[in-house]
Amino acid sequence: MQTTAVPGTAVRPAPKPRFWQRLSFEETFWGWIFIIPALLGFLFFHLGPVVASLALSFTSYDIISAPRWIGLANYQKLVTDDLWIRSIEVTLRYVALFVPSALIASYAIAMLMARNIRGINIYRTMWYLPSVVPVVASAVIWRWALHPEFGPVNYPLKVMGLPSPRWLTDPNWIIPSLVFISLWGLGNTVLIFLAAIKGVSPSLYEAAEVDGAGPWAKFRNITLPMTSSIIFFQLIINVIGSFQVFGVAYVLFVTQPSASSAGPNNAALFYVLYMFRNAFGYFRNGYASAMAWVLFVVIMLLTWLLFYSQRKWVYYETEGK
Amino acid sequence: MGIKQQTQVGRFFAYLVLTLGGLAMLTPFFWLASSSLKAPHEIYRFPPVWIPDPPRWENYVEVFQYVPVFRYLGNTVLITVLATTGIVFSSSLAAYSFARLRFRGRDAMFAVILSTLMLPFAATMIPVYILFVKLGWVGTFAPLIVPSWFGGPITIFLLRQFFRTIPMELEDAARIDGASRPRIFLTIILPLSRAALTVVVVLSLLHNWNDFMAPLIYLQKRDLYTLALGLNALQYLEGGRDWTHYVMVMATMMVTPVVVAYFLAQRAFVEGIVLTGLKG
Repeated sequence: MQTTAVPGTAVRPAPKPRFWQRLSFEETFWGWIFIIPALLGFLFFHLGPVVASLALSFTSYDIISAPRWIGLANYQKLVTDDLWIRSIEVTLRYVALFVPSALIASYAIAMLMARNIRGINIYRTMWYLPSVVPVVASAVIWRWALHPEFGPVNYPLKVMGLPSPRWLTDPNWIIPSLVFISLWGLGNTVLIFLAAIKGVSPSLYEAAEVDGAGPWAKFRNITLPMTSSIIFFQLIINVIGSFQVFGVAYVLFVTQPSASSAGPNNAALFYVLYMFRNAFGYFRNGYASAMAWVLFVVIMLLTWLLFYSQRKWVYYETEGK
Repeated sequence: MGIKQQTQVGRFFAYLVLTLGGLAMLTPFFWLASSSLKAPHEIYRFPPVWIPDPPRWENYVEVFQYVPVFRYLGNTVLITVLATTGIVFSSSLAAYSFARLRFRGRDAMFAVILSTLMLPFAATMIPVYILFVKLGWVGTFAPLIVPSWFGGPITIFLLRQFFRTIPMELEDAARIDGASRPRIFLTIILPLSRAALTVVVVLSLLHNWNDFMAPLIYLQKRDLYTLALGLNALQYLEGGRDWTHYVMVMATMMVTPVVVAYFLAQRAFVEGIVLTGLKG
């Protein structure tokens, strides 16, 4: 709070009253009234449920009968659950493939768009439009576009005599295909990076040019560091998001909540999909809550790790911006 | 090669990649529209048919015989409108408080609300579901609407940023005239924030229209389905018929309004994306 006067340092005769001494009752009153809905929302839909899911994870609970305390049994069961291991494997493969490719591709496209391109609006629209498509529609489109026999993606491959993969039925191709489908919607990130790159002060480039910096040096020493805080934020958002992939996999590979498989060889059994199946297909809410908590802890740890590492590579123009 | 030619080559390369890539991004839209006009046998054809001959416009009529499209549409619109009203109302109130009223604990509360941005939805999904079961709301639209009336971190953040740019003098003048805070909020802040409110409305409409997981959890009966659920279910309709061309029709009907909305409110879309993504 920059308005707080530091006692002892002022030569001024009367130190300014402290921040809270100048507050009026009227502002405080309305201030709290206005945030009541948001605070209740925080309690009912965020804090309360997170705590509740920790408690539930130590129980066996099907909603109809009262929860039964079973201690760590859910967690012990997880470790020996092959499908749970499988879901971790699937999810990690997806995260490892999607996050770097999405960030690098988006940044590259944004760099191209940032060069005073004529008709930028048209390009922006072309690249952005897929990211507004509803996930169900996107899955439906790609199910047919990636059809091994009749799909337009395999058509050129066949014509050229190249092998035409069975994108959504070959277990080895399923994750790359889902990454591909998600990359269709990268326009969102492109626009964010574009705004960030455009926001870099031109005077920095001018100064660098005076010093004889080439394009690569300018990119490496100006553009990249000046946009690193946004890259960092996008990295976090994308990691959190791709750990929780659900919609596209559900639409493509699951016919009903209790369906016992997700794609051939469970190749599309994402973590949240398996959690969903346990909660809403089998009514194992305690078990699913244990899964939720493991995911929660992993994501928090990862976020913390990223925040910790950012000091080394993220540049902030004003500290504590 | 001199600097000049180098930049020329660079520009040419940029145009080439952006154009080819951009066209590739649009191809699935074309594929979708064209498939929605195909006869079943044209869907299963190699090489793929790009322009159905003749285009089967009847698909757009027939689909209404098999699928209660209007019901799904009505449900979706109802949920979307009520949820959007809620989030605009509660978020703008909170944002006004966080942006312009000074009170103890304000910044801490703001940090608390903002922290939920990082909270994985998977961690809260099950208890929230149980809460709605206990309230007897599963199988109604309430679970999809009520949470929006309690604000959301992104919308609060976005509106707060905007409210902070409105000159304090306006508010002070109104205070001297004896206007209360709610009055100032309604008659000064909201009317001046149309641009920011549009962004919030657009983001919320888009989110609710596209949402799949929440309706999937809470709406089991077909009567209550949204377009997203209806489209998903249509893939598995049985009865010895091939439904794929109808699936494509319905997907087209679901995508078209979003695309149209983008063209109508392009600025709001772009600003919304950029503002929510730039928090560094």
